[in-house]
Amino acid sequence: MTSLVEIRELRVEATTDSGRTIAIIKGVDLDIAEGEIVALIGESGSGKTTIAMTLMGYARAGCRIVGGTVAVDGVDMVALSEKDRAAVRGAKIAYVPQSAAAAFNPAIRIMDQVIEVVRIHGVMPLEEARAKAVALFRALSLPNPEMIGDRYPHQVSGGQLQRLAAAMALIANPKLLIFDEPTTALDVTTQVEVLRAFKSVISAHRIAGIYVSHDLAVVAQIADRIVVLRNGEVQESGATRDILARAQHPYTQQLLAAVTPHHAPRPAVSGPTAAEALLEVHEVSVGYGPLRSDGQPAIVAVENVSLRVARGRNLGIIGESGCGKSTLARAIAGILPPFAGGVVFDGRELGRSARSRSADQLRQLQIVFQHADTALNPAQTVEDILGRPLTFYHGMARKPRSARIDQLLDMVKLPRSLRLRRPAELSGGQKQRVNFARALAADPKLIVCDEITSALDTVVAAAIIDLLKELQRELDLAYVFISHDLSVVEAICDDIVVMYRGRKIEQITPEAMARPEHPYTQLLLSSVPKLDPTWLDNLRQDPEQVRAYCQR
Amino acid sequence: MTSVAKSAPRHQRFGYRINAVGVAGALVVGFWIVVALAAPAIVPHPIGDIVDTDYFGPISRELWLGSDYLGRDMTSRILMGARYTLGISIASVIIAGVSGVMLGMIAAITGGVVDMVLSRFLDALNSIPSKLFSLVVVAAVGSSIPVLIVTMAVIYIPGAFRFARALAVNINTMDFVVVARIRGESLFYLIRAEILPNIIGPVLVDLGLRFVFIVLLLSGLSFLGLGVKPPYADWGALVRENIGGLPYAAPAVIVPSLAIASLTIAVNLLIDNLPTKIRDRENS
Repeated sequence: MTSLVEIRELRVEATTDSGRTIAIIKGVDLDIAEGEIVALIGESGSGKTTIAMTLMGYARAGCRIVGGTVAVDGVDMVALSEKDRAAVRGAKIAYVPQSAAAAFNPAIRIMDQVIEVVRIHGVMPLEEARAKAVALFRALSLPNPEMIGDRYPHQVSGGQLQRLAAAMALIANPKLLIFDEPTTALDVTTQVEVLRAFKSVISAHRIAGIYVSHDLAVVAQIADRIVVLRNGEVQESGATRDILARAQHPYTQQLLAAVTPHHAPRPAVSGPTAAEALLEVHEVSVGYGPLRSDGQPAIVAVENVSLRVARGRNLGIIGESGCGKSTLARAIAGILPPFAGGVVFDGRELGRSARSRSADQLRQLQIVFQHADTALNPAQTVEDILGRPLTFYHGMARKPRSARIDQLLDMVKLPRSLRLRRPAELSGGQKQRVNFARALAADPKLIVCDEITSALDTVVAAAIIDLLKELQRELDLAYVFISHDLSVVEAICDDIVVMYRGRKIEQITPEAMARPEHPYTQLLLSSVPKLDPTWLDNLRQDPEQVRAYCQR
Repeated sequence: MTSVAKSAPRHQRFGYRINAVGVAGALVVGFWIVVALAAPAIVPHPIGDIVDTDYFGPISRELWLGSDYLGRDMTSRILMGARYTLGISIASVIIAGVSGVMLGMIAAITGGVVDMVLSRFLDALNSIPSKLFSLVVVAAVGSSIPVLIVTMAVIYIPGAFRFARALAVNINTMDFVVVARIRGESLFYLIRAEILPNIIGPVLVDLGLRFVFIVLLLSGLSFLGLGVKPPYADWGALVRENIGGLPYAAPAVIVPSLAIASLTIAVNLLIDNLPTKIRDRENS
């Protein structure tokens, strides 16, 4: 079998601003046969997107392809001139980006953007291209295939836009498609639909593809072969089934272990402590915008939600994006005052906004945000960031503060040498640990974790979860854990609240997750990809439910 | 990594990358600052003395930059003029910058009514044409150096305010500011530790630009005869008093113009090419 793509000894280097060169890709070989989907999998920074980009002869600014060949259909993309490369891009090789929302021009109608490639390369008459686009929309099971092209990008949902991006890539009949984490930004229920659409279109057109992802379960559904990357080198490669069943390399095994949650049954706390509530939320309603005449804000994001967290226990809140889970967290922390209902913490009613709470109340209830990038002040060193709550809440002098900072760094398992670094000089996982250490510095009783693992790779996220569990045992903490990642919530929580459109629809325990009662919970849980490669093909979802709960 | 470290450029030790154009700008600016500071000690003639028998004299061995419309030494007048031009402009830009940026950050953090009142008030101030405003003020209270400084500071406060507020509003929505807020931090701490360090770079660049505008406005006012009072003169006043020499291509009118141009261009080059910090951290 001849290969469509042959990458040999590929090396990519980057130059830092002090003139130092760093090898990003260190001699990678890769073959893709016609009609084959190869998945590149690895943590962020492993070079998976860089390799995928070299297929178009492209290296990001500051990077350079310094060696090796990238032969696509017999043509070496590295050796081509920029003009010849441009002729190939979009026509022979097409790209589906991670964030379709950022890839579409908001000021141009979707149809014009989808057929733009055809216009540039002149591969077919525009009328024919329009007809083909409509056929693709239909094949990708988009609603209203005739009319959707007349809309603007903001008028369709995220999942639809992602499928439209795929249509844009397919319009000129490319031989090779590059998928760059195309479903990472989507909700699980939407992801199912998008994956199905991709899969059917790929097999119908017999297109070869490279699928970049860090989610093994997603890759298992769509790829024929998996290549595991780390630090710019291939660690392991093989057929999907083999990799999943018999992973040889320790890193692959680590990846696999991170996907399957290992939730040891948590010891049930007996006696009166279990019953004692630390946090009680009573029928809280939160909204945005100016108040209307009936006392409700213009947009109500959370409606009548009540929940209860016992001392030293964990509560998970799950739901799709837009269901109000982060808004609820902000209301609990006092960032966004609720317009109805109240929050009782440690037996006392909390003020609705942070300003009306006492310093001690603020200290005992900490919140950790999803994006460590924006949650850490880029102008301060790790030492400053961790030292401030110590001075502010505990009035520590320089010496004990310094000792405590060392202690905190040890707790979150960061080397003490990082003290003088700024957030920009830390990796994503390290930043999230600093972010968490800052909350710990306050000696809180409850930490609200708002999607703290969603921006991280599976392996790093699993390590953070383990850390959280360990700290809980040592420090008698309680967590409110907000996530759209069900396996994470399952791994750490004693109780799980399912939210949908601003309402709490069900509260279940991890043990009961196998048999949820509410149809939405059933749908949500059945949409989580499993490592089994046949999962997607065998997945049967009640179309009535899908219609009722998904805005695809 | 040793071989790499050896081949790296020399200035890497400082952790900053320096640009040749920026260095040139800095040298010119530095030169004028030194001149302004040392002017009384280095002027060849007292600036009021008539030393030449001719007016609009050419460049000669005794009078390096010729003489002005009364036969006074141009070199001395330029050197002393640097004092007024630089001194008044720097004082104004500092007053305008500090108050504008402070107000901008307060408006951004506090929001609500405070933001509304401050923004609308300074917008109103901004809507008055700057030259007209200074003309009226100088006509009303008379021209003196403190009046000039305050007038020009007031003119440039709204711009500094708008700029700082726009930057601070962006930073203010970041999660780390929210974290500081729900920690219960004071307004002063938020300004000092969370907002200011993250906007200081662009703010300084903006102040550099504003400094250039102030130099030009001061020169313009002096040209209209509303600036520094004779016999002292800043560069704008020198251009005005010697404007009669233009038909003779007298150095007395060309040199002060060149001085203004060199200072403003150099400041612009400097702020466009400030040293950038090297973010790369070697694995040491």
